Amino acid sequence: MSGTLSVSLSHRFPGGRTLDLAFTAPIPGVIGLFGPSGAGKSSLLAALSGLFRPDRSAIELGGRTLSGPGLWLRPERRRIGVVFQDGRLFPHLSVDANLRYGLRRASPGRSGPGFDEVVSLLGLAALLRRPVPGLSGGERQRVAIGRALLSRPDLLAMDEPLSGLDAARKDEILPYLARLRGQAGLPILYVTHSRREAGLLCDTLVLVRDGRIAGSGPVAEMLAGGELGERADAVALLDGVVSAHVPERGLSRVEAGGFALVLPLLADPVGARIRVAVPARDVVVLRADGAPPVSSAQTVLPARVRAVRRAGPSVSVAVLEPAEGGGQAILARMTDDSVARLGLRPGVAVVALVKSVALAGEQADD
Amino acid sequence: MLAPEQWVAVRLSLYVALLALAGALPVALLLGWVLSRGRWAGRPLLDMLVHLPMVLPPVVTGWLLLLLFGLQGPVGGLLWRGFGARLVFTTAGAALATGVMTLPLMVRTIRLAFDAVDPGLEQAAASLGAGRLDRFLTVTLPLAAPGVLAAASVGYAASLGEFGAVIVFAGDIPGRTQTLPLAIYQALQLPGGEAVAARLALVSLTLALAGLAVSELLLRRLPGRRRAAGNGVAR
Repeated sequence: MSGTLSVSLSHRFPGGRTLDLAFTAPIPGVIGLFGPSGAGKSSLLAALSGLFRPDRSAIELGGRTLSGPGLWLRPERRRIGVVFQDGRLFPHLSVDANLRYGLRRASPGRSGPGFDEVVSLLGLAALLRRPVPGLSGGERQRVAIGRALLSRPDLLAMDEPLSGLDAARKDEILPYLARLRGQAGLPILYVTHSRREAGLLCDTLVLVRDGRIAGSGPVAEMLAGGELGERADAVALLDGVVSAHVPERGLSRVEAGGFALVLPLLADPVGARIRVAVPARDVVVLRADGAPPVSSAQTVLPARVRAVRRAGPSVSVAVLEPAEGGGQAILARMTDDSVARLGLRPGVAVVALVKSVALAGEQADD
Repeated sequence: MLAPEQWVAVRLSLYVALLALAGALPVALLLGWVLSRGRWAGRPLLDMLVHLPMVLPPVVTGWLLLLLFGLQGPVGGLLWRGFGARLVFTTAGAALATGVMTLPLMVRTIRLAFDAVDPGLEQAAASLGAGRLDRFLTVTLPLAAPGVLAAASVGYAASLGEFGAVIVFAGDIPGRTQTLPLAIYQALQLPGGEAVAARLALVSLTLALAGLAVSELLLRRLPGRRRAAGNGVAR
């Protein structure tokens, strides 16, 4: 499946709350619906999957119209695999039968991962014979994801699948989701209010606020720019490739769009594609004149100022791109006074000392 | 222990009760579903209509059936002229009267069982490609099964004791419409009939208890989840 997911809907709830949402996002890829609780993210997902019928809607997925003027496909016809916040496993069926429920009903011509493949992807082998009521929250969500995957959907829609779980359970599932993301071809719509999940999993981010779309675009841009970049805990996300391991120093090098980053030794092999996070407050900026200092920061990056943005009273965020150019950028958070002392403005050459680089998903959640 | 004509009443009672159950259970399932899940204006009216036999004196229900299904009635007349079929004063008529009387009990129980099934599970089934009937048969009905079984056993037990509506609509014809309660009533009308009445009452009790035992056995044979649900383990 390729092309776009395009959604446009409006609705007025009995209480007077209104939804007026429209966006288009490229597929395949992971589209994150990001925003506070009650913003309308879940309603949008329900409308997409046919479980909620808004007053007016036009939804198209990879050239297939799911709803439009005079057309409303029933949920069982949409081929959208939904992973609900609360799992919604069938309590009267075993894990095995839950997983096969959608598989049995998928049309035989459709391709997709096989039963054994999904079982091993999500680590479900030990659960197959277990009755549903005895499963833990994390196990339930893994089964729910597998069940939706096996229904051979055109799109996997996940409604805050981790929100009901504690931190330890989240960490148990996130790697599976990250692996799922690597599976080529299946578009995912991921509803979340967690910056961490959005940063780790999503390619495109759609910001939802008060029933409206507040912005959308590639995830790195969205998390770095606009309202999200103004926050004290803003992070820049960089997509990179592991370029070398230096085990004797306990380090790995990652090449990320013109930035040569140094991370604590990684398990991923050389050549692996990873996503890293650079917190804006962990970046120290020096003037580029003079010799590069010897410092405790492992990553020293020659860079150029792309923009300086206001991030609050007497605080600014400098957007830095690699000195040799390149599409990706990191953020540095500093006081206005520092901006003035360094004379930062677009085009100025600087050196960025990065105190910490982490794999995306390891940084603190909000 | 019982005279041959009394055994006839026992067999007839069992037959009428099972026939009434077989006829009323599908109707009760449909009505229970509509009343639990339906969102339409006429629902309270239907609810009232279904419960009518429970709040009216049974004799009046029998009389209303007579008006409706009698040879001069709108439905009964149609059946008689169209198919030569007659319900009044027949075994099938006794089963009809019995079924109508037990219907409210069954609908109430089944409706509550459907109410207790999380509609979110039906939505999940829909998103996995299951159509309406498929969802009902594979998710809703299995989850409501204990309630449906309870409704059936209550319906059966109540069927065995049905009197007023049966005697008005189907009469008291030995071998055709004289079920156990009617036979007991007749025995009590005769001098020295108490012994016979007591024996028949004992048989009636035995049949009802046997029905409850069967439903209990079936309940245990339902998939293991029931134990878990009974222990209050959340889904």
